[in-house]
Amino acid sequence: MSILIFTELADGKFKKSSLEAISYGSKIDGSAPVVLAVGTADETSLAEAGQYGASKVLFSSQEQENIMVYSQALLKAIETTGAKVIVSVKSALADAVMARAAGTLKAALIGNVTELPDTTNGFVVKNSIFSGKAFAKTEMKSEVKFLQIKKNVVEASPEGGNATVENFNFAADAMGSSIIETQKASGQLSLPEADIVVSGGRGMKGPEHWQPLLDLAQALGAATGCSKPVSDLDWRPHHEHVGQTGVKVAPNLYIACGISGAIQHLAGVNASKVIVVINKDPEAPFFKAADYGIVGDVFEVLPKLTEAAKAL
Amino acid sequence: MKILVCISNVPDTTARIAFEDNNTKFSKNGVQYIIGAYDDYALARAVELKETHGAQVTVLNVGLADSEPQIRKALAIGADDAVRVDAEPTDSYFVATQIAAYAEGKGFDLILMGRETTDYNSGVVHGMVAAMLGLPSFSPVMELTVEGSKAIISKEIEGGKQKIETAIPAVMGCQEPIAEWKIPNMRGIMAARTKPLQVIPAVGSALTGIINYELPPAKGACKMIPAEEAGTLIKLLQIEAKVL
Ligand SMILES: Cc1cc2nc3c(=O)[nH]c(=O)nc-3n(C[C@H](O)[C@H](O)[C@H](O)COP(=O)(O)OP(=O)(O)OC[C@H]3O[C@@H](n4cnc5c(N)ncnc54)[C@H](O)[C@@H]3O)c2cc1C
Ligand SMILES: Nc1ncnc2c1ncn2[C@@H]1O[C@H](COP(=O)(O)O)[C@@H](O)[C@H]1O
Repeated sequence: MSILIFTELADGKFKKSSLEAISYGSKIDGSAPVVLAVGTADETSLAEAGQYGASKVLFSSQEQENIMVYSQALLKAIETTGAKVIVSVKSALADAVMARAAGTLKAALIGNVTELPDTTNGFVVKNSIFSGKAFAKTEMKSEVKFLQIKKNVVEASPEGGNATVENFNFAADAMGSSIIETQKASGQLSLPEADIVVSGGRGMKGPEHWQPLLDLAQALGAATGCSKPVSDLDWRPHHEHVGQTGVKVAPNLYIACGISGAIQHLAGVNASKVIVVINKDPEAPFFKAADYGIVGDVFEVLPKLTEAAKAL
Repeated sequence: MKILVCISNVPDTTARIAFEDNNTKFSKNGVQYIIGAYDDYALARAVELKETHGAQVTVLNVGLADSEPQIRKALAIGADDAVRVDAEPTDSYFVATQIAAYAEGKGFDLILMGRETTDYNSGVVHGMVAAMLGLPSFSPVMELTVEGSKAIISKEIEGGKQKIETAIPAVMGCQEPIAEWKIPNMRGIMAARTKPLQVIPAVGSALTGIINYELPPAKGACKMIPAEEAGTLIKLLQIEAKVL
């Protein structure tokens, strides 16, 4: 099977989740996938794809993240490689790019895939639905198939191997759109990519009380998130808001501080491996979804955790 | 201006998820249905644009007759007319095909959708529709203004946002804070009863087939740590849970 991986770059390198997608692709039927990387990167970092099972990297250098251009790159790469299975992670960027390519090629697309496809009888994938409350097994019947995998469903571990890097050119058409301005918080850990997330809710009482939470996040090397009311009140920026209507995270460890655990918040965190809840109310619904819980005041508990984390 | 708003009919987020017929069918029993949470934002922005710029707002749903209360609600909120493509919305490609087939040649300036449905969380129908119609697409869009034949949008990207100018027609997947959610008032509800709702047949067929559904395994008990010994949690996370 010819397999192509659409990857995402950050700071000139593959995102961790994209390395997972490459690993996933290399395990579908054992054949080495080709990788498409669009954006800005340095060549040595791109060759890293070989460590995760890729044979070749097609690199299209683009200064700006324009969805129309990115999807044309993907279509051109599919045409060039003759790929039949296209894999990416699940992210807002990949959603937009994969959707445009699948729409053009009249191909089936399934998102939030949680396991390798079962190819014993047709091509069957398992994915998470209803914001993590159930799974579906679905047969994909089109010749070309698009899969978007959930973060953290495969381990990205380097296994050795080399990939060649080729510059990849095509005729780009922004379709009448132009990016006027890009604002990006720099030097911050990416929330959807993070291995550890420390998140605060209304129980944190106000933006001026965030320091103990930031201290713990720093000690653990964690990204920070928040509940929706917190971003609605402008205590924290909108892109930190986790949940059904916000960012969906899937870290190894999610620490919720003063968050009640409303179903819409849980929808964004229930793919986390381990959930810790700190809440002064023993009846808070979040404890039902947690692996570890502390009933107590966040302002007393957080400094203790930070101290212990620093001692690690 | 002509605006098409596509709404999904999805189980309320608090609905209990269960399956029937040997786990091959979602159990609608006792489930409350709502307009997709993000689709509500798309609709609200369309109605605001109608108020400020003047627009004909059409709502479209791909669904069976049980979607009609939600379609009427969208009309009560301020859409002018509605279309229901009479079919079970089986997969993203199928839904996108219906929307593109309806919209083709009708001269919509904007096709607004939610960022994603809250049942399958795919976030792809807008991109597919745009590709089928040869239009640009943007998602998730947090601000949208229209000036003549151009739209200025602000779109969320990882860790920040992008401001984009684009030619219209265009397709957008919307999310807050693009508009304030609207609640229908009495006058709107009365007016909605007589607004046109056209039912049309579907075209083409789906590219996927459900084999079965599964519920996740039950979560184990939560281990409680006394607040005074909070520091021991860090050791447990390192040694027992192995996440540090
Ligand atoms: C359509 C829809 C979509 C939504 N989407 C989202 C979403 O994406 N994300 C999201 O988060 N919400 C979302 N919500 C809102 C959600 O329903 C809840 O209202 C919200 O998650 C509650 O936030 P919270 O837990 O911070 O606040 P609260 O519910 O007010 O909880 C605060 C918690 O802090 C605890 N507390 C207070 N003081 C302390 C202290 N000193 N120490 C320890 N604990 C303390 C309290 O016991 C309480 O449990 C959505 C709602 C709707 C209707
Ligand atoms: N059955 C449907 N009928 C009309 N519009 C839909 C339907 N399903 C999805 N959409 C629209 O497409 C958007 C993205 O959906 P999805 O790609 O399924 O997550 C939704 O927010 C809706 O605006």
